[in-house]
Amino acid sequence: MEYFLNEQQKTLKSLARRIAEERILPVRAELDEREEFPWGIMKDLAEADIFRIFIPEEYEGLGGGCFELCLAVEELSRVCSGVAVSYAASALGSFPLLEYGTEEQKQKYLPDIASGKRLAAFALTEPTAGSDASAIKTTAERVKGGYVINGTKQFITNGGEAEIYTVIALTDKARGARGASAFLVEKDTPGFSFGKKEKKMGIRASSTRELVFRNCLVPEENIIGKEGMGFIVTLRLLDRSRPGIGAQAVGLAQGALEAAVDYARKRIQFGHPIISLPVVQNMLADMATNVEAARALTYAVARTIDSGAKKFTEEAAMAKVFASDTAMKVATDAVQIFGGVGYMRDYPIEKMMRDAKITQIYEGSNEVLRSTIAFELRKRKARRE
Amino acid sequence: MNIVVCLKQVPGTTKVNIDPQTNTLVRQGIKNIVNPFDTYALEEGVRIKERYEGKVTAISMGPPQAEEALREVISTGADEAILLSDSAFAGADTLATSHTLARAINKLKQYDIIICGRQTIDGDTGQVGPELAEMLGIPFVAYVSKIEEIDNGYMRVKRMVEDGHEVIETPLPTVITVVKEINVPRLPSLRGLAKARSAVIPIWTAQELGVDKNMVGLSGSATRVIRVFFPQRVHHGEILQGDLESQANSLIDKLREAKIISGS
Ligand SMILES: Cc1cc2nc3c(=O)[nH]c(=O)nc-3n(C[C@H](O)[C@H](O)[C@H](O)COP(=O)(O)OP(=O)(O)OC[C@H]3O[C@@H](n4cnc5c(N)ncnc54)[C@H](O)[C@@H]3O)c2cc1C
Repeated sequence: MEYFLNEQQKTLKSLARRIAEERILPVRAELDEREEFPWGIMKDLAEADIFRIFIPEEYEGLGGGCFELCLAVEELSRVCSGVAVSYAASALGSFPLLEYGTEEQKQKYLPDIASGKRLAAFALTEPTAGSDASAIKTTAERVKGGYVINGTKQFITNGGEAEIYTVIALTDKARGARGASAFLVEKDTPGFSFGKKEKKMGIRASSTRELVFRNCLVPEENIIGKEGMGFIVTLRLLDRSRPGIGAQAVGLAQGALEAAVDYARKRIQFGHPIISLPVVQNMLADMATNVEAARALTYAVARTIDSGAKKFTEEAAMAKVFASDTAMKVATDAVQIFGGVGYMRDYPIEKMMRDAKITQIYEGSNEVLRSTIAFELRKRKARRE
Repeated sequence: MNIVVCLKQVPGTTKVNIDPQTNTLVRQGIKNIVNPFDTYALEEGVRIKERYEGKVTAISMGPPQAEEALREVISTGADEAILLSDSAFAGADTLATSHTLARAINKLKQYDIIICGRQTIDGDTGQVGPELAEMLGIPFVAYVSKIEEIDNGYMRVKRMVEDGHEVIETPLPTVITVVKEINVPRLPSLRGLAKARSAVIPIWTAQELGVDKNMVGLSGSATRVIRVFFPQRVHHGEILQGDLESQANSLIDKLREAKIISGS
């Protein structure tokens, strides 16, 4: 399909594919097996300027947007979404800074994120606050010269590996969601440590870890935006990043589809390749159709965001929901086409099925996002738009 | 630090045909690549630059399309590239090639380290590096697997020899050839690719180099290719019979006979 990529976007896409095939493919099974953080590949991505694409030129980036990020994530995810998400989480962690950071904060942190020298992460979720983010308990108490953070964040991607964390904490418990604020916390800040490293079903190359804050003092210049803006920052961030999860899902589904077609052409049963069986053909046709539809939607939403649109909550949710449901279905069907060997770890396809599941859960579960979409529909009707 | 990397564009496949008339490779329709060994040379040059600061200049002698190879190395870190191209350079053997490269390097004036790959995958001679050093009248170290230190006009390198390693200290400027163990060449970067697209790659001809036409190309070559042919494939395989133990014993006997193993 023709998606009208410009020269730079084409170059980015083909370079990301080359990195995926030459550097990630040979090690993806091992990274998955050993649950090892892909530092070598992060270095390759850094050297190739892939971390620069989502950072403006004045901070040593290449000035791309959401769409460029989607192109890179999709290509990496086609080979390994565990690696792709480790890369994408650095973008997630830096978006609040990009949108709400002061000039000093941007100058201080963005060049290192652009060069890939330091990874970023975003920390909202807590043991008692998942879908209901307003239930967070982590506090940031105002003291002379800064804030003292106390609490525990859970399931944080790039936890322990990243050096720059955007952390959401309550500056005013009484005000609930309106009392939350966003802070930049650097690794090695006294009082900030890492807890349990999760053992996961999929995306096992990525790190998912607890962040523990015990009387952690951060300087006052580390607040992003103003006190009380924590959830505004968060909602904007997630609207912006959800097409990235869409791209992760599209890439994964594309990888699974290609593997399934390849296998179906080679596997002979009853004297013919199984791709000549109508049931297999139907499955492949549906897989391909859905992958393309998911890609088209994801790209369209990413481009809408980059065009400077003010509000894109439902569109972003749609891209994430549709692409992740597609990835889960496509990966499951791909395993089915592989039959017994698809269930074995010798083939990459069972990993894709394990990796697909998370895309339906994080950055807003699909159930929650469906209600978000429905809520926007109702609002729109009420406004007679 | 001024680093010069010499590299060659070669056919990206071993399945090539030889023109029976001219005894040269038929290049039509074959995708060309940067000689793989030269990519290690380039990477090492870029790493030296990153460690000690300086500039990496890539030089290649070849037909006009060798410009592609030079653009490629700009995308992976070379600062500048120069193509030595002239019909007078055609048909050069290693001697004429080294002469041409040496003239170009002399024209650059400033050079501290010249890096070549250990050999090309088409010619396979490994001669250009040492010849170049000889013509420039500077030291040469072959098969370098590690650059340990560069300091104060000296460089200490580790090189691979048959039965181990040697550590050699050499004054600069110097020529080295590198082996693939020395590094893992990086992939291109986005900024490198953008730079490569717009880079102006000067072409130096025989006239610009001021070379004597009898010293370059076919006329400057000390060797002539008389005939090129594919060796006949001979199958010397032998299948050992009997049970496992007698097979193993006869295998050992044969290896001893062939003097591949010794003792009893
Ligand atoms: C691998 C991994 C990486 C993660 N990375 C990060 C990260 O980097 N940063 C971060 O802050 N968080 C991260 N998370 C957290 C993630 O965003 C949450 O897990 C997710 O939002 C769901 O929250 P929960 O797990 O508490 O599930 P719950 O909120 O307990 O939900 C459980 C089930 O109930 C349903 N449900 C709950 N509420 C509703 C509702 N209102 N309407 C409909 N259905 C509902 C959900 O859909 C779900 O199926 C990560 C999680 C994982 C597993």
